[in-house]
Amino acid sequence: MPEKFDCIVVGAGPAGTACAYELAKAGVHVLLLERGEYPGAKNVMGGVLYRKMMEDIIPEFYKEAPLERPIVEQRFMMMDKESAVTFSYKGLEWGREPYNNFTVLRAKFDQWFAEKAVEQGALLVCETVAVECIVENGRVIGVRTDRPDGDIYADVVVLADGVNSLLAKQLGFHREWRPDEVALATMEILKLDKNVIEDRFNLEANQGCTIEIFGDATKGIVGTGFLYTNKDTLSIGVGTLLSGLIKHKIKPYELLEHVKNHPMIRPYIQGSEPVEYLAHLIPEGGYHSIPKVAGNGVLVVGDAAQLVNAIHREGSNMAMTSGRLAAETIIMAKEQNDFSESMLDQYRMKLMESFIGQDLKKYKDATHHFESFPQYFEQYIPMLNRAASQMFTVDGASKWEKQKKIWRDLGSTKQKFKLARDMMKAWKVMK
Amino acid sequence: MEGDEMMKAQTIEEKQYLVRFNADTKSHLHVLDDNICLTKCPDKICTIFCPAAVYKWEDIRMHVGYEGCHECGSCRIGCPHENIRWEYPRGGHGIVFRLG
Repeated sequence: MPEKFDCIVVGAGPAGTACAYELAKAGVHVLLLERGEYPGAKNVMGGVLYRKMMEDIIPEFYKEAPLERPIVEQRFMMMDKESAVTFSYKGLEWGREPYNNFTVLRAKFDQWFAEKAVEQGALLVCETVAVECIVENGRVIGVRTDRPDGDIYADVVVLADGVNSLLAKQLGFHREWRPDEVALATMEILKLDKNVIEDRFNLEANQGCTIEIFGDATKGIVGTGFLYTNKDTLSIGVGTLLSGLIKHKIKPYELLEHVKNHPMIRPYIQGSEPVEYLAHLIPEGGYHSIPKVAGNGVLVVGDAAQLVNAIHREGSNMAMTSGRLAAETIIMAKEQNDFSESMLDQYRMKLMESFIGQDLKKYKDATHHFESFPQYFEQYIPMLNRAASQMFTVDGASKWEKQKKIWRDLGSTKQKFKLARDMMKAWKVMK
Repeated sequence: MEGDEMMKAQTIEEKQYLVRFNADTKSHLHVLDDNICLTKCPDKICTIFCPAAVYKWEDIRMHVGYEGCHECGSCRIGCPHENIRWEYPRGGHGIVFRLG
């Protein structure tokens, strides 16, 4: 006897779990499917979770969720081979309620979050792959799983199956992603004594720091390195567009070793012991790559809908909000017993009106721009480092002479115009 | 403790030892046509960008060590000849991240 639910959510990451949580809380009969041994077993995140979007779902979650450290400092390094121009913001207000964000380890956090959805009444089933959507007369009526007699039916299916959403692709909501629409991130968790972390990063016991690393971290490829503090581990990683790895024929794990051994980074991680190695894709196509997100009996949320702001390393927050908006739409659809595309399309409108649609629109051309013009990473970051070195080295030369030298370093008149034009273009795609 | 010593480059094999896998008995990754790899793909680019070094070129065919796959999807998207059939491993199988 096949079972029928009000809603099936495929994938117990932040998007799917947020959706299932809200639905269950509203009394909707919801099944949350997860292919891993447990929620989080397949998930990877650099490690920053924003408080606001999570709190929209569970107020004061930080009082009980397994979090690592609240972030009080965000550093940005424009790194060359033996130098770095660094700027940072440190604000102690972030170390107190209401907090800004936290480092988390996803295998721990996702299990906790899914458990909260179960407490609300969602049914969580792990170790089960949804291999295809069951479609009848142009509407999704359930999913086929890899279990024997594994067809399950529902009024509506939510695809929260991540960057590799084979289900959204099966429905024709998007073609296969291109290599310049996804970033491949590799990461390691490094064990290091708590006190050593706090000394090295200038932190107190319940404070955390994040460092984003541009330039030589990726050998000039479009992408970033990152180094985040957890309780008694560090997360270090590097993510670049897959197209960049292909073009430059670079092995991602060798790039990770390059970052770990970089003289500007090594002192932070010295003496640590690697305890886990992880790789994952990040959907970085942005606004132009958002697929169709609503169909008859189906919605797409989170990474599966390409909801990532690569410029601001935001993703899990967008995932949670999209899951919540999908749940709101489904609750409305259930009241009217109408799960048609025209009804469910309310979700797309909510999404576009929210910070998600607005932010992705703001940066709609940014990643593509930097991909097309590699000089920002390859030339301008080293140039900035040389200029800083010139200006701050006291060697008897006057500051006028130094400025002249920096000006000469910018190249011929033609190259200077190009630089000015590139800066204007960068401003235009970011503004 | 000497820092330089501690941070000596780790090989991909050493990295893969840090990860827990619950491998299935059959592969979820399939090279569709070995001949395409042999004749049309001089770079064998999947052997470079795969973060787990799952793909290894052996004389005339591609060896796929699916057991160590991180299920990232790069090979499906990055293969220039769309020559890889990519599925999820069976429920509960494949990579198991403990921290992440």
